[in-house]
Amino acid sequence: MHPAKSVLFFTTTTGAGYGLLFWLGVLSYRKLLAADFTFGLISFGAAFILVISGLLSSTLHLGHPERAWRALSQWRSSWLSREGLLAIITFIPTGLFALSWVVLGENTGVFAVLGLVGGAFSMLTVFSTSMIYASLKAVPAWSCRWTPWVYLVLSLMSGGLLAAMLSVIGGRWLAADWLVLPVLFFVGLALVLKLSYWSTIDRGMSSSAQSATGLGEFGEVKLIESPHDQPNFLLKEMGFAIARKHSKKLRQLVILFAFLFPFALMSAQWFIPDFAAIFIILAVVCAGIGLFMERWLFFAEAKHVVTLYYDQ
Amino acid sequence: MTCLPKESPAKKLGLVIDLDICVGCHACAVNCKEWNTSGKMAPLTDLDAYGAKPDGVWFNRVHTFEAVDPDTGVSRTTHFPKSCLHCDDAPCVTVCPTGASYKREEDGIVLVNTDICIGCKLCSWACPYGAREYDEDEGVMKKCTLCVDKIYNENLPEQSRVPACVSTCPTGARSFGDLGDPDSDVSKLVAARKGYALMPEQGTKPGNRYLPPRPKQVGKGVAPRMLTHQDDSSDGAGLLARWVDKILTA
Repeated sequence: MHPAKSVLFFTTTTGAGYGLLFWLGVLSYRKLLAADFTFGLISFGAAFILVISGLLSSTLHLGHPERAWRALSQWRSSWLSREGLLAIITFIPTGLFALSWVVLGENTGVFAVLGLVGGAFSMLTVFSTSMIYASLKAVPAWSCRWTPWVYLVLSLMSGGLLAAMLSVIGGRWLAADWLVLPVLFFVGLALVLKLSYWSTIDRGMSSSAQSATGLGEFGEVKLIESPHDQPNFLLKEMGFAIARKHSKKLRQLVILFAFLFPFALMSAQWFIPDFAAIFIILAVVCAGIGLFMERWLFFAEAKHVVTLYYDQ
Repeated sequence: MTCLPKESPAKKLGLVIDLDICVGCHACAVNCKEWNTSGKMAPLTDLDAYGAKPDGVWFNRVHTFEAVDPDTGVSRTTHFPKSCLHCDDAPCVTVCPTGASYKREEDGIVLVNTDICIGCKLCSWACPYGAREYDEDEGVMKKCTLCVDKIYNENLPEQSRVPACVSTCPTGARSFGDLGDPDSDVSKLVAARKGYALMPEQGTKPGNRYLPPRPKQVGKGVAPRMLTHQDDSSDGAGLLARWVDKILTA
């Protein structure tokens, strides 16, 4: 599948933004963060900038962005529609939570519950994003059962790293210390899920040129004449072959940047608190690079079954 | 509404394509383009039509495949026209977030309302068969309409009320009819020739059926390599020919 930049940006940044909102809710609920104005402004600012810029960028690849509002109407059947609705609904609890924190200086009691509800809706939104891909049977690498888990855990991981970075830089040591173990856990879990995902998709797909044409009974089917000699929409959109050539190397880079480097740096900032800020910033930068590569591979490695009609 | 009809439509209009007959002339694809570029889905935009990399919207594409028997090495070439299969469980319909994509309850035809399509391309991702093509110029998705503006058009003579690909096929490889009715000509044809659906494992329940190439004939019943001359009488020939025939016939 062709990795459109707008969709890569959209899925990674909204994932991180929603993950950050989730952790801000949890940290408030556990009374590990005071509702400080500057810290709140910067943290919620970062989360909402990530979420809103991601959502806006997702409209960039539309043929008619001005009609985007229509995409909210078909929630009964379409995961894309559900995702749009959930994204909007999520602004209500998370927005109120942010206001109570920044304006009222409150994030305990009922306001902490608001934060938790916002966190739950954030995760529901990430889940519905993942289901847009996981529900497409025509792309076997996406309809894999690991896809929603990978999206959810990567969101919790990237949001957790951001929350840890903000806590360290802001000198909120209570939160920073508490976050170390959950973040390390989610980095490790994300690595395990991603490895399971790759081993599943490497088993290939159930459709073949034989089943696509129904000519299997006559032998091995191959294309001898394409309907057109220049790539058409189908081949440009679904016949992306560059990543499959380099997928092994790229996967190694993803493992290093998205998981192993952040894991090591996150552990280092705990053991060497003098340089905690540098380590945690590096961890976030590495994870950012790694997650963009991971998402790029998620698209580029996924083979659409229509390519079977083109011998690709 | 992008939910599928609650009950699967009783009438299921569709195509039956005989792979034994198709000669791969692309007439169906060309006539499809011609009819539809001024029909319901008009225009079928072309980009760089006369340049180095022409591209454009087509609803019908003819592939040519070769199947090689691994044991005997015998190969078989099959021309393979492919267009929308008007699936019963059309995944392109249910993924549509806007309601632009829909399946008609009255005859099972899958259509796009290009007035409300936002051009998100998700339906093209959902279709296993590559039946949907994005019109970059108009920013909306387009697809085969089964010539809905032709098959019900009472201004046309009755024999012309079939999809353009069917009426133009010079070899009669394409049939059109109600696949939901077991007594229709197309259903009988499918039953007699063991017509099949493409990629049934995708669970889309396609409407269109393909008739497999007939087995190669070997041994008895094969046409002779040379025809023996049957009629050698000179009756009815011209005077000179009859005279030459008479002299030379011993």
